Amino acid sequence: MIEQEENKQQKNDRIKSRLILNKPKNNEESINTSKENIKIECKDIDFHYGTNHALKNVNLQIMENRITALIGPSGCGKSTFIRTINRMYEHVVDTKIEGTIHLDKENVLAPDYDVTELRKKVGMVFQKPNPFPKSIYENVIYGPRKHGLKNKGQLDLIVERSLKKAALWDEVKDRLHTSALGLSGGQQQRLCIARCLAVDPEVLLMDEPTSALDPIATLKIEDLFQALREEYTIVIVTHSMQQAARISDNTAFFLNGEIIESGLTDDLFTKPKDSRTEDYITGRFS
Amino acid sequence: METFQQKNIRKRKLKNSILHIVLASIIVFSIIMLLLLLYQVFSEGLSRLSWSFITSMPSRFPDRAGIASALAGSIWTIGLTIIFSVPLGVGTALYLEEYANQKSWWTKLLQLNIANLAGVPSIVYGMLGLAVFVKFLHFNRSILAGALTLTLLILPVIIVASQEAIKSVPSPLKEGSYALGVSKWQTIVGVIVPYAAPGILTGSILAVSRAMGEAAPLIMIGAAGYISFLPKSPLDSFTVLPIQIFNWTSRPQAEFAEIAAAGIIVLLVLLLSMNAIAIVLRNKYQNRMD
Amino acid sequence: MNKKIKQKEFIIEKTLLLFAGITIITTIAIILTLFGESFLFFREIPIWDFLTGTTWAPTLKPRSFGVLPLLVGTLMVALFSSIISLPLGLGSAIYLSEYSNKKARKVIKPILELLAGIPSIVYGFFALTFITPIIKQILPQTEIFNVASASIAIGIMTLPMVASLCEDAMMAIPDSVRNGAYALGSTKMEVALKIILPSTATSIASAFVLAISRAIGETMIVAIAAGQSPMLNFNPLASIQTMTGFMVNLSLGDIQQGTIEYKTLFAVGAMLFMITLIMNLIAKGILHRNKVRY
Ligand SMILES: Nc1ncnc2c1ncn2[C@@H]1O[C@H](COP(=O)(O)OP(=O)(O)OP(=O)(O)O)[C@@H](O)[C@H]1O
Ligand SMILES: [Mg+2]
Repeated sequence: MIEQEENKQQKNDRIKSRLILNKPKNNEESINTSKENIKIECKDIDFHYGTNHALKNVNLQIMENRITALIGPSGCGKSTFIRTINRMYEHVVDTKIEGTIHLDKENVLAPDYDVTELRKKVGMVFQKPNPFPKSIYENVIYGPRKHGLKNKGQLDLIVERSLKKAALWDEVKDRLHTSALGLSGGQQQRLCIARCLAVDPEVLLMDEPTSALDPIATLKIEDLFQALREEYTIVIVTHSMQQAARISDNTAFFLNGEIIESGLTDDLFTKPKDSRTEDYITGRFS
Repeated sequence: METFQQKNIRKRKLKNSILHIVLASIIVFSIIMLLLLLYQVFSEGLSRLSWSFITSMPSRFPDRAGIASALAGSIWTIGLTIIFSVPLGVGTALYLEEYANQKSWWTKLLQLNIANLAGVPSIVYGMLGLAVFVKFLHFNRSILAGALTLTLLILPVIIVASQEAIKSVPSPLKEGSYALGVSKWQTIVGVIVPYAAPGILTGSILAVSRAMGEAAPLIMIGAAGYISFLPKSPLDSFTVLPIQIFNWTSRPQAEFAEIAAAGIIVLLVLLLSMNAIAIVLRNKYQNRMD
Repeated sequence: MNKKIKQKEFIIEKTLLLFAGITIITTIAIILTLFGESFLFFREIPIWDFLTGTTWAPTLKPRSFGVLPLLVGTLMVALFSSIISLPLGLGSAIYLSEYSNKKARKVIKPILELLAGIPSIVYGFFALTFITPIIKQILPQTEIFNVASASIAIGIMTLPMVASLCEDAMMAIPDSVRNGAYALGSTKMEVALKIILPSTATSIASAFVLAISRAIGETMIVAIAAGQSPMLNFNPLASIQTMTGFMVNLSLGDIQQGTIEYKTLFAVGAMLFMITLIMNLIAKGILHRNKVRY
């Protein structure tokens, strides 16, 4: 019991020491300590929509098996940033990106990095639940099937496993073949998470995943995150300071396309270093 | 005593009512015209309509004349037209909406060109078919030449309707698919086309019904001959219902006007059933979606 | 595996591009065939004689290639049909967007669509067997084939198109604009005529031009009901020939490539194409200028 506490303390200290922005890090050490890996490392990201400079020299490290929250006022570039990680910006015309994003030491922005592989590893959940107008079953197997899996038994297994992981199985197991659009908003969002999990990602990107949901559905999804944290690295954009504080390990504060401050959530919320961070989290921001 | 203002209001209201009545009678006029047209066709043609009318070949004698070869020709031509035009039209629409850079001059040129093609009179397509398919490619006056001509004629309609349908696919659905690492074409097949299908279907059927009623372009390519056999291959010569109807209408004898009307009834029934199928399919699709 | 998908994607994209290219090829082919044969035609017949001649007898000796009779016939049909289609189409649109309720619209719109979906050959039959006899009863001097009957049929046929284009424009005006006027005590007529009509004027003008262009290109109705006599006259009760009517009539016979008849066909076709193209571009141009935005 006591040993465990101690362990946790140590762990926190280690995280603290490593998570400060741009702090030079020791690569060998992070490889050796199994649980504290840097999963994603973004360096000097600049992003343009046409002439709109939406991200300015953004640097951020995202830790494996941690929940990283991105906060900041509307229009500050949170969505833009999260969409650089799985290269979703490629579907918007006239965009330009500079910098590097290393996922497990490989630069995903390199032209020869296969975007299909990237998105299989890095799943995304959107602000509004966007299930396909198909059955629940079809929704979950959509990804695996498009990636070439045909075996019915395996697909069945994936459906069950993904829905269980998304804490939806018990609610829908008797109606797998009914339309996904018949589910409630919260259920739909969990279905979208299951759809994501079905392709076996390592990272989950969530852009305000609960902002369209009622408080109870939100709570359910927040609980789900805590369970998913064991297996996945999660990046979540949220407008709710409470949510960020409740669920995340690390937080990054965006303002006007820049990261003003990032670090352990507890630190950032209790003793922010930058006055702008303080203004924002205390609600004094306009 | 009425004040000046009250009088004014009454006058304005009266004027309004008069306009209302005038406009309503315009609508009534349209409805009456439709009814008159249908009445004229059915009163002339119904008595001539029989099974033997449908199964007989055309003839110089009104009593023996039938529409078998024209009906078969129409079905052949329209069948081929559907096979050619729907993939071409939907494919072009997909290219324009999902692949093309919306801001490039090439896309703008394509769009402008399609809009203009939609306004080209059908008889001009007939001349194109005559010069290119009949003479240049030596398809002669065949079903193939006819179907290709009609394909070019209705292509703009199918493209525009499909584009509208594809535009209506919510982008979160597409993003949901892309975010799973699914490729563009797979997303098109998996999400976009199923969602847009009702719109594409409705537009295509409307376009194909238009092709089915066209006579002018096919007359231009020389499909107006006397055909007394059922076509067996796309390279056979042919005639279609509208042309057969035109032939009969052009004859002075009253009997031929009657069988022309009977032919029109068959044509209208075919068109109506195609539209009915469209509605049924559309509803089925839409129910499946929600 | 991934290379295969990429290859497939590449091939599909290029195939679809090719499909799209067919529309461009179509336009080029239309222009080449029409103007190619016309060029040969004008090598034999001076273009001035063609455009200003008043006798049209391309198949009978002595041949004469003055296209004015066809042009006048075509324009008469366009003029008389628009006397019906333009006001009635516009009236229908005003009724649908300003006066009728949802329920009435649900009944009226399919009827208009049906009217628009009936093949022109059927209108031709209707003109010849129904409209013409009625005109003849009222005005006995009317010929069997005449401009008026064909024009009425074309007018009815193009009415739904005018109605639907105008109505779309009117429906695009938000209700807040109307409610503002109603709040000031305006009647529906005042809203329709003083607010809706002026702000949709460009769309209406564009719809009108398109309808006239449609009437000019319309073929089967005139081929059946307007006659085949290319005389230069302005009498709506007499038989004429339009450009399209001539083209159909000539094609009914067997014409050989290389003959003057074949070339004449394309010269008239090219003229028709030019006229409708210019009108369609005008319609587009009107629409693009000062588009009202809300
Ligand atoms: N598709 C786009 N095209 C052009 N500009 C865009 C696009 N998407 C976003 N922007 C611009 O980029 C900037 C950052 O937008 P972004 O959506 O990333 O902000 P956000 O922090 O997610 O805001 P919110 O909290 O409102 O979701 C904004 O100025 C926005 O206007
Ligand atoms: Mg956002």
